[in-house]
Amino acid sequence: MQLNREELLQSYRTMCTIREFEERVHSEFSEGGIPGFVHLYAGEEASAVGICSHLDDRDNIASTHRGHGHCIAKGCDVNGMMAEIFGRGEGLCGGKGGSMHIADLSKGMMGANGIVGGGPPLICGAALTAKTLKTGGVAVAFVGDGASNQGTTLESYNLAKVWNLPAIFVVEDNGYAESTASVWAVAGDQSKRAAAFGMPAYELDGNDFFAIHQAAGEAIERARGGGGPSLLHVKLTRYFGHFEGDAMTYRQAGEIEVARRERDPLKFFRRRVTEAGVLESSQLDEIESDVKSLIDQSVALSKAAPPPTPERLLTDVYVSY
Amino acid sequence: MSKKSYRQAINEALAQEMRRDPTVIVMGEDNAGGMGAPGEDDAWGGVLGVTKGLMPEFGRDRVLDTPITESAFIGAAVGAAATGLRPVAELMFVDFLGVCFDQIFNQAAKFRYMFGGKAVTPVVIRTMYGAGFRAASQHSQCLYPIFTHIPGLKVVVPSSAYEAKGLMIQSIRDNDPVIFLEHKVLYDEIEEVPDEPYTIPFGEANLTREGDDVTIVALGRMVGFANKAADMLQKQGITCTVVDPRTTSPLDEDTIIEAVEDTGRLVVVDEASPRCGMAADISALVAQNAFKALKAPIRMVTPPHTPVPFAPQLEDAYIPTPEKIADAVRQVMA
Repeated sequence: MQLNREELLQSYRTMCTIREFEERVHSEFSEGGIPGFVHLYAGEEASAVGICSHLDDRDNIASTHRGHGHCIAKGCDVNGMMAEIFGRGEGLCGGKGGSMHIADLSKGMMGANGIVGGGPPLICGAALTAKTLKTGGVAVAFVGDGASNQGTTLESYNLAKVWNLPAIFVVEDNGYAESTASVWAVAGDQSKRAAAFGMPAYELDGNDFFAIHQAAGEAIERARGGGGPSLLHVKLTRYFGHFEGDAMTYRQAGEIEVARRERDPLKFFRRRVTEAGVLESSQLDEIESDVKSLIDQSVALSKAAPPPTPERLLTDVYVSY
Repeated sequence: MSKKSYRQAINEALAQEMRRDPTVIVMGEDNAGGMGAPGEDDAWGGVLGVTKGLMPEFGRDRVLDTPITESAFIGAAVGAAATGLRPVAELMFVDFLGVCFDQIFNQAAKFRYMFGGKAVTPVVIRTMYGAGFRAASQHSQCLYPIFTHIPGLKVVVPSSAYEAKGLMIQSIRDNDPVIFLEHKVLYDEIEEVPDEPYTIPFGEANLTREGDDVTIVALGRMVGFANKAADMLQKQGITCTVVDPRTTSPLDEDTIIEAVEDTGRLVVVDEASPRCGMAADISALVAQNAFKALKAPIRMVTPPHTPVPFAPQLEDAYIPTPEKIADAVRQVMA
C-alpha cells in the first residue's frame, strides 16, 4: 500500500499534531489550568494515525481513556478538543465530557472511555450497523494491554467472529496497565488469542508507522469486503505516566529517554521518508512549525473561552429532581 | 381490538415497529432460537416465546441470535443505537444485569449527556423480572430501582397487555435508552388490546380506579394486586384510588401527589426489595410535597429485604399479596 506525497505529509502532520497537543496538555496540566484526570498518548502516534488514515466518514472508532490521539487521527476538531479538556462550554462535548469522554459521533469517534474495556462491545454494535445498513463501513476498537484481559474484549472477539462483523481490534500495548506490567498481567499471547477466535492477527512495532499502516490496510480491506474481524497487536511506548501526576516509579530509569532518542515514531517516519528521498526535511520542519502555531492558538482560545453556562447542568438528560 | 396476552401484545408491538422502520432490529439469546443447530429455525422465539415469529418474517439479519455473552451483545446494541439502528435487545432475565451493567449504566445512559447532547442512543433493553415462577434468587428479582437510580435511562414497568403494547412502541420510538421490564407471571394475562399501533407516553401515570379514602401506588404486577385489594375493600366501604405510574423514570410525580392530596392517605406497593426502592422513593416524594394532606402515616407493602426464596411456601410468603395490600389500607384507615 504505497502512500503518495500528500498522504505522507498528511500523516506526518497528524502525528505531529497529536504529539504537540499532548506535550502542551502536559505542560498546561502541570500549571493547573486543566481540571480532572488526563492520560496522554504521546509516543503512540503511529498507531492511531497508521490505522485511522484508512478510515472515512462511514467508519467508527471507540477509544480508551488515553483517547486524544485517536480523536485527532479520526478528524475531530483540535480547538474543540482543547476546549473540552479545559472544561469550556464550546468544547466538543460542551464541557460535559472532558478528556476521558471526549467524542464526536459526527466524525465517527464514539468516545474516549473511562471504563477499561468499555469500547469493544460498542464497536461490535457500530460494525453491526454498518453491516445491517450496508454502508461499507468498518468499526475499530482501540484497547490497551489492560483492557485486553477484560471479559468485554474477549466476548467482543467472539461476537465479532460469530456475526462476521467488519470490526478491527487494536491492542495498544505500551507495556503497562496503569503501573502493572503487561508481561505479568497478560497470560499467553495476544496474537494466539486472536487465532483461538479464528481471527487473523498482526504483531506490530508501534514506532513503525509504515508497518502499522500496511497491516491496518489489509485488515480494514478484509473487513470491508465481508471477511470479518482482525486483531492488531501494537507494541509501543508511552512517554508520560498512566495519568498526569504519575511519578512512574515502576518504570526503569532512563526508559523513556532511550525510547524518545532511539525509537521515536516521528523520528522514525522522518528518517524513512527523507532517506528514501520522498520528502524533504524542510517540508517536515514546516509542518512542525505550523502545528506548533495551531496548538498555541487552540490553547489560547481555550483559556479565553467561558465555562459552560449553569443551565447546561440540567440539559441533555431527563431530569426528575 | 381483540383479546391478546401480554406476550402477544409485546410481540405485536415489535412486529409492527419492525414493519414500519427498517432500522429496528431484535437481538438476544435464542430470540429466534436454533441458530446453527440441526433442528427447526425459530425453535424458541425467545425463552418464553415473546419474539416467536419475528425471524420468519424479518429474517436472521434483523432478528439476531447471540452467544451467551451479555456484555458483548448488550454493548453491541448500545453501539448500534449510537450509530443509526434502533435495536431491541433482550436481557433474558433482569438478574443477568450483573454481567453487562457497565454497558448500560456507564455507556448507554451517559452518552447523550456526556457528549454534550450530540449523541442519541435509541436502544430498548427488554428484560424479564419478578417472582412467582419458583425460579429462586437468581431468576426472580425486580431490580428496576437500580435502573431508576441512573440518570439517562428511562424505565418502563407495564402492568397489563394493553399497557405493554403501547409502552413498547413508545420505547422503540424514544431516542434515549429504555429498560422495558416484563413481568414473567403476566405473560399469559389476557385483555382487549387494539390491533393497530398506538403509543402510551412516558411519565404519565394511569389511574386504574378512583376512590375517596386511600391512594394506592403500585407498579407492574402489583397494579393488578392493588385493584384486587381495592375490590375487597370496596365491599367494606373503603374506596381507593389506584395509581399505576407506568414508568419509574420519568416518574409522574404530579399525579401521585395530587392523588394523595385528594385521599389524604398513601399505601405504596412494590415487588422490589424495600431498601432504596420505589416504595421508599415515592413515600419520600409524598412526605416532602404532600405532608400536610396526610391523615395517617404512609405504609409500604414490599417483600422483606431478603433474596427471593425457592420453596413455594417461602416464595408465596415473600411476594406482596392483595390481602397484604388490603391490610395496609385498613391500617392507614384505622
